Amino acid sequence: MAGELFTYTLRLGDSALILAQRLAEWTGHAPILEEDMALANLGLDLLGQARSFLTYAGEIEGKGRGEDDLAFHRDAWEFRNVTLAELPNGDFAQTMARHLLFAGWYELVLQGLTRSTDERLAAIAEKGVKEMAYHWRHAAEWTIRLGDGTEESHRRMQAGLEAVWGHMPELFAADAVDEAMLAAGIGADLAAIRPIWDARVDAVLAEATLGRPQGRVRSNGKQGVHSEYLGHILAEMQFLQRAYPGMEW
Amino acid sequence: MTDTTTGTEWPLWEVFIRARGGLDHRHCGSLRAPDAEMALMNARDAYTRRGEGHSIWVVKAADIHASNPDDKGSFYDPADDKVYRHPSFYRLPDEVDRM
Repeated sequence: MAGELFTYTLRLGDSALILAQRLAEWTGHAPILEEDMALANLGLDLLGQARSFLTYAGEIEGKGRGEDDLAFHRDAWEFRNVTLAELPNGDFAQTMARHLLFAGWYELVLQGLTRSTDERLAAIAEKGVKEMAYHWRHAAEWTIRLGDGTEESHRRMQAGLEAVWGHMPELFAADAVDEAMLAAGIGADLAAIRPIWDARVDAVLAEATLGRPQGRVRSNGKQGVHSEYLGHILAEMQFLQRAYPGMEW
Repeated sequence: MTDTTTGTEWPLWEVFIRARGGLDHRHCGSLRAPDAEMALMNARDAYTRRGEGHSIWVVKAADIHASNPDDKGSFYDPADDKVYRHPSFYRLPDEVDRM
């Protein structure tokens, strides 16, 4: 049970951490200054949530590992983020497509967790769910504007969706850990979330005049089987702590 | 005012933030955004990161009509010698001593 709670909490934290790192890559490169700040804000929201989840995961594990140990001293196969979070930024449209799928899901997961019997998870979710509501709104508004914009923005938004869509089913694929946590009244109910997610995403796609992509790809990030991208993310994210362990500034 | 959309740049918006209920919205800066909804979101991200506000107004800078600095003389100078417009010629009863 403690092992499952550890994995479950780690997945929540890792997904937020890796997407935060991806969003941070936009800093200084966004299409416009205002969006540069917005993307950094979104990333920092997720980083804050990641810190809370990873700190708690370390406590559950009980081996003295803190948030920094978990973030900077694990290898790719030890990470439990959903694969969607590690996908490349692509162009701005692809980043928004990824965020639409992710935020639409993560907000609902956190919403479910606010009713968790685990008080610590419920408290972290309580704070995060407000942040994710804004993430969803931001991604949805952009998806609508790009999809229902110019010919080029429409083409790019559709292409962005196609690029990330195949990793969406993993978000809802409940495994033994999810089922144990749900049965214990701790975890979110992924099967219950799915129709709500479908409805909200379909509504946005319809308004954006975008087609819902089909298909799925093998995606097992939350079991520790990652895409080729995660190693590169970690190489950059972990460099300092790997080169100078315990370094503070 | 001239159109603030230059070339491919988005229009300029002026941002007003209300810090607390009961206070006025105050001008706090400007930003660029393609439309009002995005301007609100950008304002939220740029100007309320540190808990500065609970309400935001955005208005297209092009929609603001400003007085012309050249009109300063005719607009404002005539008020300078109209002291009777200030409510300072009333004798107040002693009881209201904190006006």
